[in-house]
Amino acid sequence: MKLTENSKEVELQSSAINSEHEYDGGLRVANLDAVKDPGLEPHRVRMTDKSVKHEKSAVRQVSVLFVLSMLGSAFALWAYFTFPLSENLSSVRLNTIYLGVGMTLGLLGIGIGAVHWAKTLMPDNEVSEERHLTRGSDQKRAAAIEILAAANQESGFTRRKLIRRTLYGSLALFPLPGIILFADLGPDLGNSLRHTFWKKGTRLAKDPTGIEIKASDVTVGSVFQIIPAGLNPENKEYLEEKAKAAVLLVRVDPSELNETEERKGWSYQGIVAYSKICTHVGCPVALYEQQTHHLLCPCHQSTFDLVNGCKVIFGPASRPLPQLPITVDSEGYLIAQSDFLEPVGPSFWDRSVKS
Amino acid sequence: MKRLRSKINGMRRSPRALGIVMFAGLLVVGTGYTAVSASVSPNREVVRTQEQIDLGKKIFLANCASCHGKNAEGSVNAPSLIGVGEASVDFQVSTGRMPGAASGPQLEVKPVQFTLEEIDAMAAYVGSLADGPSIPDEAYLQANGSAASGGELFRINCAMCHNAAGAGGALTQGKYAPQLMESSAKTIYEAMITGPQNMPVFNDANITPEQKNDIITYLTYLQNNSSVGGEELGSLGPVSEGLLAWLGLLGLLVVIAVWLAAKSN
Repeated sequence: MKLTENSKEVELQSSAINSEHEYDGGLRVANLDAVKDPGLEPHRVRMTDKSVKHEKSAVRQVSVLFVLSMLGSAFALWAYFTFPLSENLSSVRLNTIYLGVGMTLGLLGIGIGAVHWAKTLMPDNEVSEERHLTRGSDQKRAAAIEILAAANQESGFTRRKLIRRTLYGSLALFPLPGIILFADLGPDLGNSLRHTFWKKGTRLAKDPTGIEIKASDVTVGSVFQIIPAGLNPENKEYLEEKAKAAVLLVRVDPSELNETEERKGWSYQGIVAYSKICTHVGCPVALYEQQTHHLLCPCHQSTFDLVNGCKVIFGPASRPLPQLPITVDSEGYLIAQSDFLEPVGPSFWDRSVKS
Repeated sequence: MKRLRSKINGMRRSPRALGIVMFAGLLVVGTGYTAVSASVSPNREVVRTQEQIDLGKKIFLANCASCHGKNAEGSVNAPSLIGVGEASVDFQVSTGRMPGAASGPQLEVKPVQFTLEEIDAMAAYVGSLADGPSIPDEAYLQANGSAASGGELFRINCAMCHNAAGAGGALTQGKYAPQLMESSAKTIYEAMITGPQNMPVFNDANITPEQKNDIITYLTYLQNNSSVGGEELGSLGPVSEGLLAWLGLLGLLVVIAVWLAAKSN
């Protein structure tokens, strides 16, 4: 109780001090130990105001900065014609550097000069301005309410229910066509996240040449960057299909390979094929270490153990890389037994649903 | 005419004909294969003398056998060198990686410990143990191929570890792919065919000798030409560029802000 009285007192005192605003503090609690307004620092007289010599040198400095700006702009113009862009790629380097240096000088000279001019030569007396109240005066508030009431009366917004309700209806419906337009933002993905270009019998080919490879080409310790044979670079979908179907082919000593019972038939004499698309966020995983058989993703350091079904041994990926079942055809070429048996790449909303 | 034909028919049925046809067939296939494989083989046929091999064996016994075994059969500390080929020895010793200073995640480049003759002799000795990749042919080390094709091959097969600009990069558990900006054409070629340490092998069926020459051409171009985009900052991408932006440029902006707000004297 006492405190409240005290604060009331302080309130009154402070309102007496700030008599500029006739404003009731309402429920505001006065902060008793608030830091007092220290007021303005004593004005310090600048050297440029005290001595003519300093004033003149400041004038010179500002004009030198402006001259520097002129020189910079002129230099940029000169550099544009002296270091033209040509067929030779390294011409870009000099052109960019000198043009950039000139234009930077041109703009910075003006900016620094203007600030230096303001700080040293323009009037420097301290000025403070009070904040305005956000609340309008009572008359203004009453007038505003009057205007609204008059508008309601004249338009009959409250009175004419039919008009009001149909207006509500039209306001509710008009954004819908705009929202439905978002459906056109991308192509319908359909089943494309679940399937790749690989089919039963598709031959394995080298990226980028598309040359098909035989099992005998893949010696122990070799790693091949693989795309499905028959991907046509002219095709509109080429890059998308290639991005999904990219495969890393490695041959290890078959005795080092630990295969689960169901995947026994997926490799061929130690040759294994895994999707190159990381199951974390889809970077290409192709950093293969020959001795440790680690496959490292360069983006977030997910590490997969190639000889143990590419299970995750480090990093944020949550699933092993999908394995492509392979075998050889009658001519000795490596072929796929089927498409991947699970969707490749990172998780998506209904990934686990079979289709 | 008719008689001649019947005579030939008669010869065709004779048991000797089978032998003649088989011999001729084998001859054609055999010489044909040798001719084809000789024209494909990228490797220089270097004549090694017995003295060279003997010298190599001496150097090997004195410097390498404690880890790799007296007959290069390997031990728990080091792999067998039987079948690794001359190119392996030349790569490891001429870059100073071998003899190794200490065991660790990876052998590092050090000052070379042997003369060229000694390295050649050791290569001859290890090469004489079993067949393996031999010293690459000079014809594929001229860096006179297509840099554009080499660049594409490099980005597909090498850049994931060695960085698109050949600046190298980190691997798992302390290992790393070294930078390639000081590597010689011969070293690059030998690394591809032998797969040193944790690098996989890129045999001639995967990347043909001509394509290896293209890759060497691309890397030589990178070694000899500065980046068109200005300062490379180690070609490490967002790591060094971000560091410069956050520490350097942000610091400069702070200095400018302080100057803007400070009163003049």
